[in-house]
Amino acid sequence: MKAPLLAAILALLAPAPAFAAALEGEAQRQPINWVAIAMFTAFVGLTLWITKMAAARTRTASDFYTAGGGITGFQNGLAMAGDYMSAASFLGISAQIFTDGYDGLIYSTGFLVGWPILLFLMAERLRNLGRFTFADIASYRFAQPPVRSFAAVSTLLVVSFYLIAQMVGAGQLIKLLFGLPYAVAVLIVGGLMMLYVLFGGMRATTWVQIVKAVLLLGGASFMALMVLAQTGFSLETLFACAVEVKTQAALADGATAAQAAERGRSIMAPGNFIKDPVSAISFGLALMLGTAGLPHILMRFFTVPDAREARKSVLWATGWIGYFYVLTFIIGFGAIVLVGTQGSYLDGQGALRGGGNMAAIHLAHAIGGNAFLGFISAVAFATILAVVAGLTLSAASAVSHDLYATVFRQGRATSADELRVSRLTTLALGALAVLLGLVFEKQNVAFMVSLAFALAASGNFPVLILSLLWSGCTTRGAAWGGTIGLLTAFVLTLLSPAVWTTTFGLGVAPFPYSSAAIFSVPAGFIAIWLISRLDRSSRAAVDKAGYAAQRVRAETGIGAYAASDH
Amino acid sequence: MSRKEQEALAAAVSADPRYVALVARRARLGWTLSAIIFAAFVGYLLLIAFNRAWLATPIGTGVMSLGIPIGLGLILLAILLTGIYVAQANRHYDAQMAAILKDHGPGDAGA
Repeated sequence: MKAPLLAAILALLAPAPAFAAALEGEAQRQPINWVAIAMFTAFVGLTLWITKMAAARTRTASDFYTAGGGITGFQNGLAMAGDYMSAASFLGISAQIFTDGYDGLIYSTGFLVGWPILLFLMAERLRNLGRFTFADIASYRFAQPPVRSFAAVSTLLVVSFYLIAQMVGAGQLIKLLFGLPYAVAVLIVGGLMMLYVLFGGMRATTWVQIVKAVLLLGGASFMALMVLAQTGFSLETLFACAVEVKTQAALADGATAAQAAERGRSIMAPGNFIKDPVSAISFGLALMLGTAGLPHILMRFFTVPDAREARKSVLWATGWIGYFYVLTFIIGFGAIVLVGTQGSYLDGQGALRGGGNMAAIHLAHAIGGNAFLGFISAVAFATILAVVAGLTLSAASAVSHDLYATVFRQGRATSADELRVSRLTTLALGALAVLLGLVFEKQNVAFMVSLAFALAASGNFPVLILSLLWSGCTTRGAAWGGTIGLLTAFVLTLLSPAVWTTTFGLGVAPFPYSSAAIFSVPAGFIAIWLISRLDRSSRAAVDKAGYAAQRVRAETGIGAYAASDH
Repeated sequence: MSRKEQEALAAAVSADPRYVALVARRARLGWTLSAIIFAAFVGYLLLIAFNRAWLATPIGTGVMSLGIPIGLGLILLAILLTGIYVAQANRHYDAQMAAILKDHGPGDAGA
């Protein structure tokens, strides 16, 4: 099996540069892909039908925010996986493996290890204390306005950066895959997302996530299966072929035999991903702890009936996401072997046609022709749509439930008022997302997802952990300490190389590491601890006295909000 | 259950030594598993930062490096630990908690 495949690869390698040069085109925009558009239209039709069904059952604020709390653990697990498996991780990680090999796996593990932590320390307590947003838990025993305001601002920041990255990614991807202009692509994503959230609320958003997760997992499974079929279901053969391809490519570049062999081998081990140990640990911390502070993920805990189902959701989510990352790993190496050797997928310089993120897309074509290419393109588009819908819903909830109903109306807003404000906010956010998508078109937004994770890890995570587990935490500590954590993460990220040097071109960055988390997470924890300890206000006494009652409710589920009756 | 009944139940339950022991057991499991996954991941990052060459060592005479089963193993470990916690909590702790709540309260505990 191995020898003939290698021979075939070598045969393909030789004429590749000349062939590619003939096909080389300047235009990044692809010809209009009708199969992809047809598949995508089918997806949109299905999701709009789901939205229509969900809209009929979305009458109260509880329906809108949490689908009435009637989602099962299995469904919620799939929806969480759908929220988390973005097009960026599918296309980005497989592309990174295509280029550097092993390094993509480091990302994958970092994105996954936050889930167990979220389960072990928070899941059941979140479900037992919360109702609509994570601020319900963060502010449970505290004065409402300061802590709610912190949580809402933090949610809006995290969601905005995540959203910009998704919108810009969507525009570029769709331009590439479907041949539509960037602005049209951004408008379609913004418009559809608004429809889902506006009319279907959490129920429609959940089912869109589930449909998307099933499509993405199905498509990726098929790709990985086809790759493995080519190598006799042996990972060893797959890796051997990939190393051979990289070695031959280095030889063709004019490297000596020894250099080429070394470059080929390099894809089997960590490479340039990690420049220094501090950045490595810091980046890992941001991914791990940030996952446990993402508002749109935390919000999903309130869609299930009880703590038991909340735990099950995390198990399913972890399982599906872990499986997905294993698939991505196989797909990335498959792309090295099947795409990296085909001149028709490469430009004159041996880079991927259409840009670095196209590895998985080209692989889909290599495996299943135009029809499967269309399917995977449509899935990638659907993926973005589902993620932005989840993000928008969580931001709308922060505005309507935390800021409007609790801070502004001090708990006197009716469910109908709250629902109206959420819908208005959704409209505003949809328009804002489209606008930001257009404004940031030409910017490098790669840092925004890691910024979102760093903010969540440094603000939300410490506030949640200390308010849940430390009796000494006070209102001032949570609100101001959390803000200090957020600000530290934000400022250090602005001063880091990815923003200071790469995005703004201001020269050598004052903060030398690629991630702020190693400083900003402890900053958040220490600030909350210190401010709480120094807090001698009368409110602080109330906060501390409230811990015992909060704890027993968090541990037992006494008084937890149950699913509404329909 | 009214707010008052909830408060009475919460007070009774929190004074029950079985509740204290159960919560301590559950917390111990949660922190132990958190420590394992945290240590495994940070250890992995430290290996990447300080001993890349070891991760690059081929297994036997093959091409696959040690880093690959270690990285994929970390993914499996995350799923496995999650499974252990959910199995333990959903099969045992929930039932024990429900029994304690039932002993102290008239009504249904979760609602």
